[in-house]
Parts: sequence; structure tokens; C-alpha cells
Amino acid sequence: MPFIKAGRRTDDRFLRVADDAAIPESKPVLISAARLLATPAELSRRCAPTGVIWPNNRAIAELAPHLDRLALVALVFPSFRDGRAYSQARLLRERYRYRGELRATGDVLRDQFLFLTRAGFDAFEVKKEADADAFVAALARFSVVYQPSADDQVPAFRRRLNGGFQRDPAAQREAVS
Amino acid sequence: MYLYDTYDRALLAERVAEFRDQVARRLSGELSEDEFKPLRLMNGVYLQLHAYMLRIAIPYGSLSSDQMRMLAHVARRYDRGYGHFTTRQNIQFNWIKLADMPDVVADLATVELHAMQTSGNCVRNITSDQWAGVASDEIEDPRIWAEILRQHSTLHPEFTFLPRKFKIAITASAHDRAAIKVHDIGLRLFRNEQGEAGFEVVVGGGLGRTPFIGKVIRPFLKKRDFLSYIEAILRVYNQYGRRDNIYKARIKILVHELGAERFAQEVEAEWKAINNGELALDPAIVAGIAARFRYPDYNQLADDAPALTAARQSDRRFATWLGNSVANHKVAGYAIVTLSLKPEGGPPGDATAEQMEAIAELAERYSFGEIRVGHEQNLVLPHVAQHDLPELWRALDALGLATPNVGLISDIIACPGLDYCSLANARSIPIAQELTHRFGDLKRARELGRLHVNISGCINACGHHHVGHIGILGVEKNGEEVYQITLGGRADEAAQLGELLGPAVPYHQVADVIEDIVAAYLEVRARPDELFIDTLARVGIEPFKERVYAVH
Repeated sequence: MPFIKAGRRTDDRFLRVADDAAIPESKPVLISAARLLATPAELSRRCAPTGVIWPNNRAIAELAPHLDRLALVALVFPSFRDGRAYSQARLLRERYRYRGELRATGDVLRDQFLFLTRAGFDAFEVKKEADADAFVAALARFSVVYQPSADDQVPAFRRRLNGGFQRDPAAQREAVS
Repeated sequence: MYLYDTYDRALLAERVAEFRDQVARRLSGELSEDEFKPLRLMNGVYLQLHAYMLRIAIPYGSLSSDQMRMLAHVARRYDRGYGHFTTRQNIQFNWIKLADMPDVVADLATVELHAMQTSGNCVRNITSDQWAGVASDEIEDPRIWAEILRQHSTLHPEFTFLPRKFKIAITASAHDRAAIKVHDIGLRLFRNEQGEAGFEVVVGGGLGRTPFIGKVIRPFLKKRDFLSYIEAILRVYNQYGRRDNIYKARIKILVHELGAERFAQEVEAEWKAINNGELALDPAIVAGIAARFRYPDYNQLADDAPALTAARQSDRRFATWLGNSVANHKVAGYAIVTLSLKPEGGPPGDATAEQMEAIAELAERYSFGEIRVGHEQNLVLPHVAQHDLPELWRALDALGLATPNVGLISDIIACPGLDYCSLANARSIPIAQELTHRFGDLKRARELGRLHVNISGCINACGHHHVGHIGILGVEKNGEEVYQITLGGRADEAAQLGELLGPAVPYHQVADVIEDIVAAYLEVRARPDELFIDTLARVGIEPFKERVYAVH
């Protein structure tokens, strides 16, 4: 499956470990929420990075106490129509100031890349090759956003306030008349 | 009118390009119909019974003459010469080819119109009072807030894949013409006892198969908190709204299942975490949006112009229309004129390309180039000088747009029904047409006074039958179209759901049943000016039941 991180195709260094399998000591691993919550102390002694797959029907507040020992949070889109993980992502970034890798998994498609990135995701397990190839183009599609979110784009209302964008002459005429 | 600035234009152009690319991927086969579906829905493209349908937003119901001309152009060039105005300030075209869609939306963008988020599980077109900015009973123009919300909800990164569609309406008058209590969020801008303007927030209203009147979850919301509070509502809904059953996915079900109080607590908790963040509205931001609204440069005129008085006395037909279709304007010497799109025998809400062009022309001549669309599926010329009314009436009359039935029994709200819609179980338009014939005698219709008839062709309730004074719902039973009748619904500030009259009646009996209901009303009303809805509230549904089911 194509994997994108920080805007580029790359290899996923995390190993998914099933709940009944042993956790390799020196490898980055991705484990389930249940396992994380069952053995948090054990995991914090690890010297390699740990990541968790957090389901979209579980409150992010429950994950918050563990964030400082996590290098990766993988959120889940069972179908792209199920948008719960967008809220979870923004909460992680904006409320809990999580700075580690935030990965979109599941039904991750081209037409969601912009929304996902704006919600704070920086890593993507993409379903289709062609979609992964279109990643950069999909993000470049819009030069204007209307709302603040978890990314660093300045929303239109703030740019207007700062006057930081050249108004076209027609608009100026309208504003004056 | 709101005039786009550089940002608005850039975003729309980029959205048109994105949609063009999505359609191209579908036409080339790169996307399956299943994959394409959510993409086209985000841009108002439905697959209907016969063809693709395009739904275009008319944000808060405001249209310029140029925009109306563009709608006429779309009707003529890409469709079959007419369009259908809906109950949510949209217009639908039923016969557009998929390959033409990108060109249609590109044409629309040249006049700052779009179809973004007119379908899909996202925040839909923000609707408002069709008399916004001109109603004498409003405290300020609600469209400024609707525009702030239009922008905020457009391509929102968190709320584009909600459990279900999400509809928001705003009014700033005590008399609610925007049906805010049957929306997912209804906002009423009012002044509190301290004289500060703010919003009453109503949540969880809606029709469909499980109708609810919305509940107030916040009696007064400060303007600065407008966006952060709505963001909090949407965030609670996005996380906790049901996704296991499409019929239970609207916010009304969440509010109902949690209880309004508990839901309000969840929203308050979420809101307290964000209310001092980036969404706290700086008055300068609001002022910036307000400054891009263009208002007419009214002349100094007096009420009751001599030309008007003379015409009223000399021409009975004009006087009738004046009494029915013309309302008070907040500026002296001006009037608000409603154009009935409900001629006898016509499908409610339809307008031809020729009518659209003529209306654009008349709006330029008589209404500062501005037109409004109301949820009753009629159009409005919002700024007509009273002395121009006789001339305007002659022009409208010639176009078939002066039927003096606004608010009367033949001013019917109806969905497209089985004639167009793939969801429908029964016909709506022919029922509406038959009723307009039965009550085509306008003198008789006038004697009945204000009486709203709403017709839906299926349980999804696009014709808002629950809130019609008389509601008609078409359902299918053993392969036949039958109709359930409800009485006593209303969509205004006293919104309530209609009560079921009794067993459903077959298609060919509907008009007779409505005649019986009307006859019963005429018998039991206390005075000629006691409205149907008030008589019903006084006597209850029994006399109507007896009349209808004794006869049939």
C-alpha cells in the first residue's frame, strides 16, 4: 500500500503487532488501543518508538494521558464517508498539542487529502496508487481557505483583516461605491 | 447583495477546476459511479429518474438580475428551458448532461453562483428570510451572518463527512419566514433586555420520516461567539451522531436520544474549550463582510403615492393583487412584491427561461436589480417604489407572474415527486395542479384566507407536509399511491407538526377530501377572519375527521 509522509512517498518503518504477538524491543511498533491501555507502563519503558491505532468511536480525552510516550497515532476511516476521525485529529493537534505522526488509515482517497491535511494529518496510508501520485497536486488545488484549522494556512477572514492580499480593481470600485 | 472579493472568486474558480477534474475522471472510467457519487453530491449533482439533476445554491435567497439571467441561460442552453425553485432557496435543473456539468458550473461562477454543498452529508446552503434587509420587523440584516456561515462552512476540513446532511437557517425578525425551527440549527437574531443583539440557538428540528420541532439550547448567544458555538455543535454531532442507520443519523435524533439538556451540556463543554480561540469573531471581520453587501440607494418617497391610490380605485384586479402580493417595506414609499410561481395548473416553483429573463429585466427597472427566493417557492422583488406598482403589475400579469394567491390555498409547496424524483413513492405535482384548478376561483380562495397546503411525494418530506396547515403525504400501499392528510402544522415562530386526520386516501380522492376539509372549516369558523389554523386550534381535529370520513 502506498504510504505518504511529510508530502513524500516513503516506507512505513512501523511494524503492526497483533495483540497476541510479542512486541519486538528495538523496532518501532504500531499496536491497538486495547493493548496500549492495558499495559501503558510496560510500553513507556521501551526504547524504540510506539504508535497506537485509535478507533474513531473512542474519545480522544482517553488517549490524552498517553500521548507523551507515543510517536504515532493512527486514526481510522472505515469508510471515507465516516468523518469522525477529522474531529479526533483536530482535537489531538489543537487541544492536546500532539506533535508526533498523525496517520490516516482505512478508506483514504485523493479527494480527502486536503481535508485530512487541514485537520492535522501528516501521514497517509493511501488506498490507490494513482491517488498517491496525485497527492501534491491535490494539496495545491486551493489557494484560499475559509476557516482556521490544525494546519498553518491563514483563513480568508484573517487575510482580509490584515489586508495582506491584493484586492482587484473591480472589488475596490465596488467597495467604494 | 454580497459581492465576492478576490478570495471568494479564487476559491470558487479552484472548486470549478476540481469538479471538472472529478467529472473527467468519471467519464474516463477512472472513477466508478460508486466512487464518483460522493464527489458529485458535494457539488449538487444527483442521479434522478431520467437524468442527472443539478441543484444550485441561492445563498440566503438573494439573486441579482445578472445571476437570474445566468439561470435562464443554463435553462436554455443545458436544460429544457425551465428550472425549479426549491423550498431551501436553491434552483434545480432536471435534464443536464454529466459531460456539460463542468461548463455549467463554470458559467455560474462568472456571476458568483455555485452548487457547492447543495447535497452530501455536509453543511448545506445557509437559508434566511426572503425579506431580509427590507422587512419592517427585523432588527438587522441576517444575511451578513448567513454569509459568514456560508464561508465558514465551505470546504470545512472537519465537517464535510458528517453523519448526515446539515441545514442551517437564520432570521432576524420576530415573525419567522425562514422556518428556523425545522432546521438542524435555527438561529434567531434578536435584542435582549439589555438591548444587545445576539442569537437564540435552536437545534434538532427537521422533517423527514421522524419530524421534530427544534429545541432552544441557548437562549442568548453573543455575536462574538457565533462561529465558535456552531463549531462546537457540529463537533459534538460529528463525533456522536449516529452512523449505523441513515434514518437515525440527523442531529434531531441525537438531540432527542440524549435529551436537549444533555446535548446542550455537551455543546457548552466543547464550546468552552474553543470560545476564546481563533473563531472568536472580531467586530472588524463582521464589518468587513457587511461592507461587501450592496444596498439600494433609495429615493426619498412618501407612502401611498397618488398613482397607486388612483390605480387601486380604478382597477379591481390590480387592487386585489396589491392586497395579496404586496407587503410593507421598511423604507417609506417602497414595497416588497411577491411573484407567485403558483399559477393555476402549473407545477409549484417552476419558472421558464423567458420568465427568468423578464424577471431579471423587471428587477433592474423596478427593484434595484435584486430578486429574492423564498422557501414557499415564490420569488420576491424586494425594493419596488410604490408609484411603480401599477406598471410592474401589468408587466407581471402579462408574464403570468401576478396570480394573487400568495399565502392562499393554491399557493402550494410541493416537492417534484414521482414525476422526477427517484426516492418518491407518489406524485406530488399533479395533486398540486388539481388543487389549483379546484381553487382556481380566487374569490373563493380569498374567502378562505391564509391557508398553507404542503405536499410531499414520500416520507423524506421535501414538500414539508408536516408543517403545512394542510399536509399531504404520498405513500405507496399495495402498488397504489395513497395519501395521508395532516392538519394544523405550521413552520413559523409558533412551529408545530400537523396531526394525522385519519386513514390514507387514494390519489383520485385527495382533492375531494381537501374540499371537505375546507367546507368543514367554513362551517365551524367563528368569524370570516378566523384563519383555518386558528379555527383548528379552537375546535380540534374532530369536526374535520367527521366530515371527511363520513362522506368517503
